[in-house]
Amino acid sequence: MLTKRIIPCLDIKNGRTVKGVNFVNLIDAGDPVELAKAYAKSGADELVFLDIAATLENRSATLDLVYKVAEQINIPFTVGGGISSEEHVDKLLKNGADKISINSSAVKRPELINELSNKFGNQCIVVAIDAKQIDGEWYVHLAGGTIPTDIKLFNWAKEVEERGAGEILFTSMNHDGTKNGFANEALAKLSDLVNIPIIASGGAGTIQHFTDTFIEGKADAALAASVFHFGEIPIPELKRELKNNDIAIRL
Amino acid sequence: MKIVIIDYGAGNIQSIQFAFKRLGYKAILSNNPEVIKNADKVIFPGVGEASNAMKKLKESGLDELIPNLKQPVLGICLGMQLLCNHTQENNTVGLGVFNVDIKRFNNEKKVPQMGWNTIYNLKTDLFKGIKEHSYMYLVHSYYAESCDEAIAFTDYGITYSTALQKENFYGVQFHPEKSGDIGELILKNFIELS
Repeated sequence: MLTKRIIPCLDIKNGRTVKGVNFVNLIDAGDPVELAKAYAKSGADELVFLDIAATLENRSATLDLVYKVAEQINIPFTVGGGISSEEHVDKLLKNGADKISINSSAVKRPELINELSNKFGNQCIVVAIDAKQIDGEWYVHLAGGTIPTDIKLFNWAKEVEERGAGEILFTSMNHDGTKNGFANEALAKLSDLVNIPIIASGGAGTIQHFTDTFIEGKADAALAASVFHFGEIPIPELKRELKNNDIAIRL
Repeated sequence: MKIVIIDYGAGNIQSIQFAFKRLGYKAILSNNPEVIKNADKVIFPGVGEASNAMKKLKESGLDELIPNLKQPVLGICLGMQLLCNHTQENNTVGLGVFNVDIKRFNNEKKVPQMGWNTIYNLKTDLFKGIKEHSYMYLVHSYYAESCDEAIAFTDYGITYSTALQKENFYGVQFHPEKSGDIGELILKNFIELS
């Protein structure tokens, strides 16, 4: 049976992990390659690297990092942040990224999804959607959730699927950082609406939250950052517990 | 040991090259027929869309060369699918090494299948030391039907052939280069095939 995926997300700036990381037995916790290796070893199913300072100047640092990660780890990984051209995607994939994630650039120019999907195959195009629920309605936000739009989440999700996205990474701005659980109602609705995998993001605080998002939220994968980086939820323990709850998981 | 990865412009071959490097082997990328013919082992990768990939093979004459190779050949993902008779993906005729057709998953399950799934009924030395129901990483919308040439199966709504073998040709739908240590063992087994 296809398993649910557990995905740690690493924020990258100039080729280093940021936001503070406290991962067991790591000499240099800021080294993304060492972190990636440790996560692969601990049973992470995939990794996401998010370039939070994506500028032209540090693009080569990110490419260099992608190359080093691909060289040393044997699980799939996605790279996101500031990607808006075919040429950039081509470079990331050639350096060893398995998938790329686009967000604001897809909202600004939706044809980008078609172009990337046609050129590289939909399997490597993840569309990340940040949305916030305002008066009962979910609205897409840009630039890390800071800029609101009048685009409705569910319309946009359907459109990105039709344009050739291979997967949707949905972050609820209402839940992100709260550690109160994922946006399961919206996630379940998304999962019923589209026929591509949905990655749940934002709100992970306990093991139970992961169980809930896979069952109630019908998510195909769950992404989190701080609960993994600070060792609050060790991945082996999380996966054992999910398995005990009869959730398909790779041990 | 001369390992050649066929480089015809289809997909992420860097990861496969890195996987061999981790195993201590140097694999070279080439589209040169002489280099490919003289290799001890040939890897036929592929990610992306079938008709475009087939067009690229034809442009370089590799469509004639590959089915006639005599050394062990391993098709990975789309590479495996192109070794089959025909694929529904843009109605593309394949290289016809494996006597099986490639179909699209119906929409009862999410498509593409993306993630880790198990392989079972493992046959041949390709899976030497690999436990039944090991997890492999898969990303695909099309699958090889269940057939006589199957040496491993996977279930995703239906049961399909997740690995194939005929004479010196092997094909795997999953990505051994992205399937952790177990995937790397499969690549090592392939290198050690006689």
